[in-house]
Amino acid sequence: METLQFSFASQPLAGVRPPAIRGVVGSGNLEVLLVAAPGDAGCQVTVHTSARGFRDIWHAVLEAFATQHAVGHVDVTINDMGATPAVVTLRLEQALAAFAEGTP
Amino acid sequence: MTARPAVRRAWDDRVRDRSQRLGRVSASLGARLRGKTVAAGDVVALLEAIIEPGDRVCLEGNNQKQADFLAEALAACDLERIHDLHLVQSVLSLPSHIELFERGIATRLDFSFSGPQATHLARLVQARKIEIGAIHTYLELFGRYFIDLTPQVCLIAAQAADDAGNLFTGANTEDTPAIVEATAFRNGIVIAQVNEIVERVPRVDIPADWVDFVVPAPRPNYIEPLFTRDPAQITEVQVLMAMMAITGIYAEYGVQRLNHGIGFDTAAIELLLPTFAADLGLKGKICAHWALNPHPTLIPAIESGFVESVHSFGSEVGMEAYVAARPDVFFTGRDGSMRSNRALCQTAGLYACDMFIGSTLQIDLAGNSSTATLGRIAGFGGAPNMGSDARGRRHATPAWLKAGRERSGNAPCVRGQKLVVQTVETFREHMQPAFVERLDAWALMEDMGMALPPIMIYGDDVTHIVTEEGIANLLLCRTAGEREQAIRGVAGFTPVGRGRDRRAVENLRDRGVIRRAEDLRIDARLATRDLLAARSIKDLVRWSGGLYDPPARFRNW
Repeated sequence: METLQFSFASQPLAGVRPPAIRGVVGSGNLEVLLVAAPGDAGCQVTVHTSARGFRDIWHAVLEAFATQHAVGHVDVTINDMGATPAVVTLRLEQALAAFAEGTP
Repeated sequence: MTARPAVRRAWDDRVRDRSQRLGRVSASLGARLRGKTVAAGDVVALLEAIIEPGDRVCLEGNNQKQADFLAEALAACDLERIHDLHLVQSVLSLPSHIELFERGIATRLDFSFSGPQATHLARLVQARKIEIGAIHTYLELFGRYFIDLTPQVCLIAAQAADDAGNLFTGANTEDTPAIVEATAFRNGIVIAQVNEIVERVPRVDIPADWVDFVVPAPRPNYIEPLFTRDPAQITEVQVLMAMMAITGIYAEYGVQRLNHGIGFDTAAIELLLPTFAADLGLKGKICAHWALNPHPTLIPAIESGFVESVHSFGSEVGMEAYVAARPDVFFTGRDGSMRSNRALCQTAGLYACDMFIGSTLQIDLAGNSSTATLGRIAGFGGAPNMGSDARGRRHATPAWLKAGRERSGNAPCVRGQKLVVQTVETFREHMQPAFVERLDAWALMEDMGMALPPIMIYGDDVTHIVTEEGIANLLLCRTAGEREQAIRGVAGFTPVGRGRDRRAVENLRDRGVIRRAEDLRIDARLATRDLLAARSIKDLVRWSGGLYDPPARFRNW
């Protein structure tokens, strides 16, 4: 296991919402948890991953997500079991949609 | 005018050679030879009597049906009597095939595909136990059977024979007609293993007078269920890519005549036809005519009325009863069972289809794609025929013309263009990037002393690349630089993708060369397995009304 911490500037996502979770912790998959964090600047991301040595790619995937979507004042926690960047991006978008709509 | 001296020679050496070989069989087997029928226990004696050192022998084996009993018998022959054979065969995939070279029975090989023996084959080349003439496409190899690789002897597989030697090949006719035609009509010898001898064959697939010997095998010939994909293993990313392919390519070009490669990516497309594609109003507008093996995952599309016809290279284990019950869709004999034919279906795929879509392992910056990896000589099979533009084609269809016009920049064009689509997730398992600066095929070429890198589909034939990041339309690229950026622009977070020129990629997107999911009005978040018409093998059985009978390994109930 490896734990990675990232922080990105992002457009703020206003409003108070319940946390949202999408995905499952299974081989080639991941779980994404979004929690409102009004006190935090930008978007804080914590990744727990079973695959070591991919910090660089995680940074690129998450930076693209924080650039393309308004996720300021949101904390993202990821529990990963070797998902590809395609799966990570899809899950992040699914989790964000649920979070923005307020469906936990 | 000076008369040239005529060549003085006999013109029937091959006829006499054949008679001598047949005479040796009579002498060797004597009364044990009953008509054309040879007992399984006498098959080694038969082969030793017929085959001579250095002969060119075609051992029928393709990606499904295998003359496995005859292969084992050949591998058990006396090395003093049979050695240094030149094998010509579609697929080298059984342990006995490898044994032939390890023992020295055979030393030279011309073939198409090696699948499960790819690693062994590379080792044999490095140990100099095998000399590879060339790796072919199926159609190319069949062509050479009639030009410069005609077999002296062929060893084939059939379902049944009658006493006269008429063969019934059942649903898996596959390569047999092409092999027998080349051998029998150039005075070669045709030996068939059969699963059973019957009084009357259900239909004659190979006439008796083309067949010299029939051997009832002690067990049915092996058939690999190569085209069965369990819907349970299809991922959401594959669903997303299928949604993009259907919207951005199938619907856009109105693709009615096509071939699908093997794999979960194309299985996902097949399973989205009755749901996602039907909802888009595409029934009757796409996917009517197929050059395709009877994929179990096509059952829901057939049952939903999408599919008008399917011609097949071979059959698929478990699909026999379903195919027999759908003679309007599949090619079937008067006996009701399916008839496949690899040579003709490859021709159909090359000349009569408007699109090929399949997956690959590596794509480079020019769009060349390859399934070759270091230490493995896997070959191509039929993909290079399906995945290439037939320059000899002359008939027009809307899809072919539209692609041709896009390539020519709407200038008047004299020919259309086949759509050749590669669909890949940017990273494969174990985070292996599908996009690379240099294909492993180049290193393999150097290691193995090949004349050419084993590229499966040439970049100049590829028209579209589909990834989870979008679709790159290479027909619209005007320079090699644009083409490179179009490929980088869908290569995701691979090093190739991250090496993109962002402004160039945005420019290509503005021009519609690159299209993202949102450009196609697809909400990626809706890409879930719920869109699949079947989510398990059991669902496929249900769609077939119980006619599909999956092999045991695909049953979990």
